[in-house]
Amino acid sequence: MIDGSRGPSQTWEDLLVAVSATQDRAAFGLLFRHFAPRIKSFLMRGGTSEALAEDVTQETMATVWRKAEQFDPGKASASTWMFTIARNKRIDRIRRERRPEPDPNDPSFAPSPAVPPDREVSALQDAVAVRHALGELSDEQREVVMLSFYEDASHSVIAERLKLPLGTVKSRLRLALKKLNGLLDPTVYGGMS
Amino acid sequence: MTIRHHLTAEILLSYAAGNLAEGWSLAVATHLALCPDCRAREVQFSAIGGEALEDAVPAELSDGALAACFALIDLDEVDLNGEAQQPLPPVIAGTPTLPEPLRGYVGGDADSVRWSSVGGGIRQCLIKVSGEAKARLLYIPAGDKVPQHGHRGLELTLVLSGSFADGAMQFHRGDIEVADEQVNHTPTAGPGEPCICLAVTDAPIVFKSLLPRLVQRFVKI
Repeated sequence: MIDGSRGPSQTWEDLLVAVSATQDRAAFGLLFRHFAPRIKSFLMRGGTSEALAEDVTQETMATVWRKAEQFDPGKASASTWMFTIARNKRIDRIRRERRPEPDPNDPSFAPSPAVPPDREVSALQDAVAVRHALGELSDEQREVVMLSFYEDASHSVIAERLKLPLGTVKSRLRLALKKLNGLLDPTVYGGMS
Repeated sequence: MTIRHHLTAEILLSYAAGNLAEGWSLAVATHLALCPDCRAREVQFSAIGGEALEDAVPAELSDGALAACFALIDLDEVDLNGEAQQPLPPVIAGTPTLPEPLRGYVGGDADSVRWSSVGGGIRQCLIKVSGEAKARLLYIPAGDKVPQHGHRGLELTLVLSGSFADGAMQFHRGDIEVADEQVNHTPTAGPGEPCICLAVTDAPIVFKSLLPRLVQRFVKI
């Protein structure tokens, strides 16, 4: 079962929902085979040793199993949701810090304004828009944005890695984010089908 | 409530990437609790993380990694079944002044803060966070000025109650001021009510002798 492959119409999101609904170990096996090697690589690129990266990867995937019922395919793609779990695990286990996050059930939490149905942006549209927007960046701009996602990739670490002056990295990132901001404004892409 | 002063894209990206020290993250997360606009932008930046994960060149896992993961899962389930139910947090009437996650860090709402005076009517309460950023709550009496100060690095100031003005700019509940080292400012609490805000700064310069450190601890805001 675990050696099976993903059905032609099955998405990663479907598999996560199957894990949540029926504790489907075969579905989890498929998710594991795709995502675990990527999570490990993501952790190692941040400078984590292979042994620790392997441990944290397994813990991340165990958390994916445990929290699968919290996964909402309307709110995030599978890869984004799993990224957030791996990121939080990295902060907790490797940096040994807490990650403060807002609590949507807190009475102080300001709810998001209701969006008219024709303006609503699905998680899938969001993911497509983000992919499209990243594609619109120059290779150099995309590189500084993506490098920001690896552990301890502060601006000065990125500068060192790319052998560039710090000011160049900062201005490149600023320009990239300005461009992304324009491309990702929901009022701009929200209407597209 | 309309938020007028938001986080910069750079800070939101670093928060989404998980690269901020805990103190900065506390200010960001507390602002996000009050600001749906920045929350929407943070969701998009996290989606870039999803892309980064998809793009990662797969690393080789050890043999039996999946079986080891299932073993961890089965162990978890035994633990969870044996675990006592977490006590529910106390029910709070109305809207707390301090949103989560800040309220949890402080250990209660604004009325339970253990303030200490830093002189001139201004009070502070240091918040325990790890990492290089320092977080504190500040209480500034209505109309009072925070002594002029510059900083070595970044300073984030999030208003929770009352308001303050910095030059021509007004900051109300939920507004966050992002000030870098070039800013030399004198924030002034608005009239009528005291201003309570969360201020996060880079750790102050560490002096080698004890005395200036002690002095600095009380003087530096």
